[in-house]
Amino acid sequence: MHIDIAILGAGITGSAIAFELSKYNKNVVVLEEENDVSLKTTKANSGIVHAGYDPKPGTKMARLNVEGSLLIHELYPLLNFHYEQIGSLVIGSSEKDHQIINDLYERGVQNQVRDLRILKTADEVHHLDPNLNPQIDYALYAPTAGITSPWELCLALAYTAKVNGVDFVFDCKVLDITKNGDVFDIKTSQGNYQATYVINCTGTHADEIYKMVLKDRQDESFEITPSKGEYYLLDKDQGHLVNHVIFQTPTELGKGVLVSPTVHHNLIVGPDADYEFATKDDTDNLQKGLDYVRDSAKRSTDKINFGSNIRNFAGIRATIKGFDDFFIEESKAVPHFINFAGIKSPGLSCGPAFGKEAVRMLLLSGMNLTLKTDFKYYRLPTFFSNMTLREKEESIKNDKDYGQVICRCETVTLAEIKNAMHAPLPGTTIDAIKRRTNAGMGRCQGGFCGPKIFEIIKNEFHFSYDEVYQDRKGSKIVLEETKGK
Amino acid sequence: METRDLVIIGGGPAGLAAAYGAYSDGVKDILIIERDDTLGGILNQCIHNGFGLHRFKEELTGPEYADRYIKMVRETSVEIRSNTMAIDLSDDKVVTVISSHRGLEQIRGKAVILAMGCRERSRGAISTPGARVVGIYTAGAAQKYCNIDGYLVGKRIVILGSGDIGLIMARRMTLEGAKVLADVELCPYSNGLNRNIAQCLNDYDIPLYLFYTVSDIVSDEKYNRVKQVVISKVDEKKKIIPGTEIKFDCDTLLLSVGLIPENELSNKAGIELDKRTKGPVVYDNLETDKEGIFACGNVLQVHDLVDNVSKEGERAGQNASRYLKEGEKNSALVKMNAGNGIGYVCPQFIRKDDSKDYVEIFFRVRSPMSNIRLTLSANGKEFKSIPKIKVVPSEMESIRINKSEFDSASEITLEAKEN
Amino acid sequence: MVCINCPRGCHLVVDTDTMTVTGNCCLRGKAYGISEVTCPVRTVTSTCKIEGGVIERVSVKTNKPIEKKLIFKCMEEINKVTLKAPVEIGSVIIKNVCGSGADVIATKTVGSSL
Repeated sequence: MHIDIAILGAGITGSAIAFELSKYNKNVVVLEEENDVSLKTTKANSGIVHAGYDPKPGTKMARLNVEGSLLIHELYPLLNFHYEQIGSLVIGSSEKDHQIINDLYERGVQNQVRDLRILKTADEVHHLDPNLNPQIDYALYAPTAGITSPWELCLALAYTAKVNGVDFVFDCKVLDITKNGDVFDIKTSQGNYQATYVINCTGTHADEIYKMVLKDRQDESFEITPSKGEYYLLDKDQGHLVNHVIFQTPTELGKGVLVSPTVHHNLIVGPDADYEFATKDDTDNLQKGLDYVRDSAKRSTDKINFGSNIRNFAGIRATIKGFDDFFIEESKAVPHFINFAGIKSPGLSCGPAFGKEAVRMLLLSGMNLTLKTDFKYYRLPTFFSNMTLREKEESIKNDKDYGQVICRCETVTLAEIKNAMHAPLPGTTIDAIKRRTNAGMGRCQGGFCGPKIFEIIKNEFHFSYDEVYQDRKGSKIVLEETKGK
Repeated sequence: METRDLVIIGGGPAGLAAAYGAYSDGVKDILIIERDDTLGGILNQCIHNGFGLHRFKEELTGPEYADRYIKMVRETSVEIRSNTMAIDLSDDKVVTVISSHRGLEQIRGKAVILAMGCRERSRGAISTPGARVVGIYTAGAAQKYCNIDGYLVGKRIVILGSGDIGLIMARRMTLEGAKVLADVELCPYSNGLNRNIAQCLNDYDIPLYLFYTVSDIVSDEKYNRVKQVVISKVDEKKKIIPGTEIKFDCDTLLLSVGLIPENELSNKAGIELDKRTKGPVVYDNLETDKEGIFACGNVLQVHDLVDNVSKEGERAGQNASRYLKEGEKNSALVKMNAGNGIGYVCPQFIRKDDSKDYVEIFFRVRSPMSNIRLTLSANGKEFKSIPKIKVVPSEMESIRINKSEFDSASEITLEAKEN
Repeated sequence: MVCINCPRGCHLVVDTDTMTVTGNCCLRGKAYGISEVTCPVRTVTSTCKIEGGVIERVSVKTNKPIEKKLIFKCMEEINKVTLKAPVEIGSVIIKNVCGSGADVIATKTVGSSL
């Protein structure tokens, strides 16, 4: 089958590009190594939609951050993913902090971030966020910053791409890419594909993928250095501690540890930035990383009760050492191969802007793009727990499976789980269901609903008990039946 | 709106006992809301014995104990609505419930009893580092898979936590065909009953590592599953001592690291919670700070013995009945304080004008102590001292305060003092 | 040793020469102490496979403690059984399991899923 554009990777970058390209009359296929979208860095970050004052002015990062955050704001009512524009504060207390904050403000103005303001007294800061430490007396206030659910945003973009004709191939590991004339031959674990254009959105492995196609040609290239960031996710009783995303003044390591509410009313704290022990695919938590995050958070507020922690996780950033921008370029040595590489923070915030950028680049490259007339947005179903009383009542009347609660902590119903199992990109594992419905995200982390969802998945797909996976293929939940077989 | 005299949220041992207690005291219009298909709550999966020695003077398994109360309640006019989940509770006793067959309903209770039980703490509660992969389960989830659904979650198992749930699962997994390599406990003492250490660990030669915790979890790369659990010794500050690692090649880690009351509904009703029990603050009649809303069982304070849950439940039912007959009592209060050595006290307030001969205060100590005196002091003066040979945090204790003793007090402090 | 008869878990000391027990708080503890040194016994609890029921396993127990050395043999017998729903609490599943004199009985009622 001939593909116009093959997108490698279904994280936020690949999904956003698929979303945008699905508006045009082109044959687009996404090849993804894992068995679902968002499984790498995209699901393991802070979920912040940055306002855009932080990236260096003039960089693609700065331009795409501001564009992306505006697009996310436009898209959330259309796609119905969780998003709240709660604003952010970069807080400080020393003279050095004041200077850094002033610089960030200037940068923000240059990057055309709207409504930025400096709060110059402790009173003003504590009026907005009373639980911050008393010595904090200066802050950069960015009202356009927001929070979202990163995997949900990725799913929303991917679903819309899917219903508008984009094909997604999962468990598809790229083994080799060769340009033969005008066509790319892509050899994968799921067979061979031919495409006119390839867009490389493979995160921490983007450099390896590019090397495959470059072969022994010379070109401006890049090397991905992984950096691990660890997090605490705390229970909802901590979710109201702060009202905004609270950033600390940046250090040489990056943006500092943040404290923020999440769209599900939890509290998220993190990340650190570890280059020493990080490898591209290892997302294990390290004691020293967790200790660093926990101690650093105290700089913002000492009121966090870590006894309410419900989950730790870690994500790997794809950084390019010594390069303070995204590497988004059409290859000169291999025309029609486009790299979207080094997508570290603020990658998520750029999301939909990556799609626009890809279209711009394809047009510049000479592609003829015509808009579809029948493009439609796919709205995510509203969470039962987010419905009004009336809406809940109606939902159960229309579908009695809304009356059966499966996940107690997050009030997720059977209807939502069934929807997830039959979504445009179906969830067939415990974690895939979790990402689509929130079931298992709550206080007990799936201890109660896990066995129930196991049974539901098994029955729905007629799996045998050892085909129900936690997440990745082969990650069996149960090993054996009792009483022999 | 449907109005009932008494709505009980939860049909486990606490809710069943509450229904029985209220009915026996004269309340006829009682509704139990139960989210599961069957009554009995967590007892349904607690298939081991050791229940009922106090309540029924017999040793019963969990399901058998549940069956006794279910039969008692079925002989009454108590209505049971199963497969029905309470999703909201207002501070004026309106319960919002949903079910597939009846849809969304709002029921006003003249009195409400919370009996929702508790949840297990997860790995996040202790921030264990290492891989986050399949093969890590809470003991209760593994118990459900095993005893109800018929699956073994693993074949080579390390258990973290030596509370009763961890100990019980050590035996259960062994009997059902798995190999339990170790039970690992952070404290220098086990938190479970001695009898359980004997018949769950010693009987099967399962080693117990005290003063150890899990310091790393290593995963198998291909299937992203646990392949090794590393434990390390800890110091008095519970910090890992480097160089003390012991590695276990296994495929499963079971966590038994504590229980927390299910307080979603309590929060929705704006009920004040005790920071230590994590359950509602209550008066001596088990009423919360919201009039007519009572609490009992694990949702109020995590219990060790179901017999005590039943006792507490029946009391809550009787008190709810009294409230329905006599209305709310305004009273001067005695505040109960947890002093030195005491983890928490429950109830947290005594209504002293409410005529009663005595009040029983339940509590747990902070750490194991021997040869102590439990002392009660009012307004700074010690008025009662009871010697105890041994007390441990894992066993709930109680102490009686007589009316003559609390009548003149405004605050009473319970302390545990070493002799 | 620790007595397992009730939650108190008294620490018992048994003098095997005189067959006297100290540390017990009741007569059952004394009996347990003696039996632990002469012929230790345990109640076995487990589940049996059930077909056509609302759940997949019925909880069972030996209605009397059996010799400790028979525990795993008893488990083997329990594992061989497949019951058909409905099963009533108290009904006998295996009579005189492993010649122990104890029966394996159901500890839960499991209805049919029909």
